[in-house]
Amino acid sequence: MDAINIKNLTKNYGKARGITDLNLTVHKGEFFGFIGPNGAGKSTTIRTLLGLISPSGGSAQIFGKDIVKEKEAILRQVGYLPSEAVFYPGMKVKDVLKLSASLRKDDCAKEAKELCERLQLDTSRKVDELSFGNRKKLAIVCALQSMPDLLILDEPTGGLDPLMQREFFAILRERNQKGTTIFLSSHVLSEIQRNCTRAAIIREGRLIACDSVEALSKTSAKRVTVHGSVALDGLAGIRDRKEGDGAVSFLYSGEMDDLLRTLASGHITDLSVSEPDLEEIFLHYYEKDGVRE
Amino acid sequence: MTIVKHELRQGKMAFFIWMASIGFLMAVCIFLFPEMKGEMDGISDMFASMGSFTAAFGMDRLNFGTLIGFYAVECGNILGLGGAFYAAFCAVSILSKEEKDRTAEFLLTHPVSRKRIVTEKLLAVLIQITVMNLVIYALSVGSIAGIGEEIPWKELNLLHLAYYLLQIELGGICFGISAFLRKGSVGAGLGIATGMYFLNLIANIAEVADFLKYITPFGYAEGADIVTNGCLDGKMVAIGMTIAAVGILLAYMQYCKKDIR
Repeated sequence: MDAINIKNLTKNYGKARGITDLNLTVHKGEFFGFIGPNGAGKSTTIRTLLGLISPSGGSAQIFGKDIVKEKEAILRQVGYLPSEAVFYPGMKVKDVLKLSASLRKDDCAKEAKELCERLQLDTSRKVDELSFGNRKKLAIVCALQSMPDLLILDEPTGGLDPLMQREFFAILRERNQKGTTIFLSSHVLSEIQRNCTRAAIIREGRLIACDSVEALSKTSAKRVTVHGSVALDGLAGIRDRKEGDGAVSFLYSGEMDDLLRTLASGHITDLSVSEPDLEEIFLHYYEKDGVRE
Repeated sequence: MTIVKHELRQGKMAFFIWMASIGFLMAVCIFLFPEMKGEMDGISDMFASMGSFTAAFGMDRLNFGTLIGFYAVECGNILGLGGAFYAAFCAVSILSKEEKDRTAEFLLTHPVSRKRIVTEKLLAVLIQITVMNLVIYALSVGSIAGIGEEIPWKELNLLHLAYYLLQIELGGICFGISAFLRKGSVGAGLGIATGMYFLNLIANIAEVADFLKYITPFGYAEGADIVTNGCLDGKMVAIGMTIAAVGILLAYMQYCKKDIR
């Protein structure tokens, strides 16, 4: 059984764009990345899956349960970390954790204590006094304390310092090893590249690519960095050209013979040809001619 | 009952402030009565010469020199208006505040059905209104006993029942409205309560606007009518409770299918 199975899911907000004909499958136990810039439709997808908004068309199942008809049963198995963590004013951290556990009719005290210790979250403080990062930590504990089968994380690391980010991903990897499915929505591509096995890219409400992170990173384009002087004008297949410090760097997707001939005609002191990182791949997908249907 | 408890905790400050304010003003009014009792003849004459202003507040049909006449006008206005404001304030924000304060994402991503959320929030509103009315009732009875006056049980019970029903009706209407709102709800609630109050004043002044009494809950909570007739107008109460039920039903229908943004 798949953890998430989305078929032709569509959400329209009147004239504003939501998501259109989204098809996506996340297997049980996967660490899945969902990539896209702000406004691409990541949060709309998540909010539809969680039943906060109703789909305009299509369907989706989480652990085989319909997101519209079996919302409550789904939420029992899901832990959700929103991009912006907001809590009820005047409450203490420990009261928020108790409220969350109580709404799940669960006793999560042991797990909550352990998570708070690992994330260095003071449970006696009032939520109104918490910094953005500490509110995020509280949201993390709320999402994780009930040991859900599926974790849906929307931009989870915003506000966390690098040390806390490392601890957070360590916790996620431990959970994933124990069988928890993780759906990580982010525009921080390095997070996806380091942690996820598969990923999907969303653009303007449509899914434009879905594959293993390794496969997504593979492209015919290479990052070429040349030190020295060479005339690159007229060489077809050059994108994302950057110049500085006596070097020129560009993404090249043309014929290799043409590149070598052009470079041979100049005076080259150093040369490197490498695979582009996921960030560059992402930009490649976001160019109009880079759409992979 | 997790959400009921949570709502009661969240609303306790506003609850105590409203309850203490209304209770204090009512007690002060009652304790002023013995002093004013002797001057009532003059005051009644003054009111009698004020024409439609007197009629608007039902003072043309009440004897200000008696405790129940005084209570129905003075304390009636305090509890009638204060209680209506509190009920409207409490009910109109209870559903909409989740979106306004952006806590809806937290609440609605827990395994709790929307129906249960609406039910528990409605219960929280009803509990707060009921407890506030019981406390104020007890305080009023205590205050009347404290000034050594005989307690007019029947009229007092009818007046307090009417104000309670008024608050339930306004609470029901505002609860329904709350399901449709995303922000700025308190103003809407207080506006409705004020509007309803003035509709009753208009109905009292102009005979042609008498039908307004069937629209506003202040119609069946009119102290002069209750004291004069010795009962509540069943027809008006039935219409009022139907309106409250429609408001509550609309809240369920709207909130259960609402997109949370």
